[in-house]
Amino acid sequence: MDASRRGFLGAMGAAMQVKANADDEQPDHQHQLVPSDISLRVKSLESLLVEKGLVDPAALDALVDTYEHKVGPRNGAKIVARAWTNSAYKKRLLADAAAAIAEVGFLSTQGEHMLAVENTPQVHNVVVCTLCSCYPWPILGLPPVWYKSSAYRARAVIDPRGVLKEFGLDLPEDVQVQVWDSTAELRYLVLPERPAGTENLSEEALAALVTRNSMIGVEKVKFPAVESPR
Amino acid sequence: MNGIHDMGGMHGMGPIHAEAEKDEPVFHHPWEARVYVMTRAIGAWQKWNIDTGRYYIERIAPADYLRMSYYEKWFTRNVELLVKTGMVRRGEIETGKPAPDSAKLTPALRPEGVPAVALNRHIASSIEPSVHPRFQVGQTVRARNINPVGHTRLPRYARGKTGKIDLDHGVYNFPDTNSDGRGAKRQHVYSVRFAARELWGDQASTRDSVHIDLWDDYLEHV
Repeated sequence: MDASRRGFLGAMGAAMQVKANADDEQPDHQHQLVPSDISLRVKSLESLLVEKGLVDPAALDALVDTYEHKVGPRNGAKIVARAWTNSAYKKRLLADAAAAIAEVGFLSTQGEHMLAVENTPQVHNVVVCTLCSCYPWPILGLPPVWYKSSAYRARAVIDPRGVLKEFGLDLPEDVQVQVWDSTAELRYLVLPERPAGTENLSEEALAALVTRNSMIGVEKVKFPAVESPR
Repeated sequence: MNGIHDMGGMHGMGPIHAEAEKDEPVFHHPWEARVYVMTRAIGAWQKWNIDTGRYYIERIAPADYLRMSYYEKWFTRNVELLVKTGMVRRGEIETGKPAPDSAKLTPALRPEGVPAVALNRHIASSIEPSVHPRFQVGQTVRARNINPVGHTRLPRYARGKTGKIDLDHGVYNFPDTNSDGRGAKRQHVYSVRFAARELWGDQASTRDSVHIDLWDDYLEHV
């Protein structure tokens, strides 16, 4: 992990103070004293919220378990593999991603707000959220640190080709790069290109090739899969 | 607000560390997991909406914003909103104990409600025929040059730039007013395609583009 981004945790000693009921004013940046250890502060808040009956600790544990073990990029990979092997499904995915993902059971049928964008030899799609770190949680899980980094958020829109090179993807000049900045409630899934030589693989074997990064659009799916699972 | 969070196009942020972690864990520390799940559990009370939640992260002082990790920002925001909405008092945060007169409530999110939380972000339906779009797919539009001091989802790098409506996503709450209690002001959101050269000048590739999701009120006729 990037130690420089994490090493300051212990030093974090200032929290912003916001004036209540003053939304139309600019925030003042008066600092207040708070315990410096973030893990202690979090523990203290959790026990307060539990004692007040605002949160149920069993629900918190179930949520941790859900995001650590049940929701993650394997969900998205299954959708991609299905689209690769079933052209009718692919058509539905590109036309109404929320409904097509709900078919596989990763979104409620109430409908989420999803768009699937297809990578081809001519068009390469890549997704960013410059304003925060919006990400399709139900199908990719929680975002990796690099996706949330200032560097990615700042650079993906102004220098997408340079960013992709840092991920090892050097695109020819004649390929169109389409960046999607998730500024609203739409969430994006990149449908990567199916690699050559995979004609005889099962849907399950194909899903195993699909990486999280390929579904954000910062790399291609490789076959045979390379050792690094990034 | 023209805040530090509006990062698109900034320089000086360094490399991305794309290969920093081979098997990145979902959470790097147990406290990060607790912050994330507490956020979801207190969100179930619906005392604030997603736009207010984003606004209170943007209000973190710029130097702190850059120094804090993602989940530290969430924690800071949660404390501010718990206090602002009266769910928790500042003194209780400081002592970690409920005030003596504090009533014990029944949590809004129970374990049986967790799977639904993971499957659905509870964004209202975008299908609302009574709200008419101001623009049509294929139309050329300009992003307005506005600089609101409150929350907005119109990034600075798009303001004043001309693009083309590529998709109509349907009807959504308007973040600028929904974030501070002035109402949902529901309206159409479009995927607007901007040529990379329109945004960044000659240094950009002639083929490249950026799609930005923009609300009706952010756009004007050309």
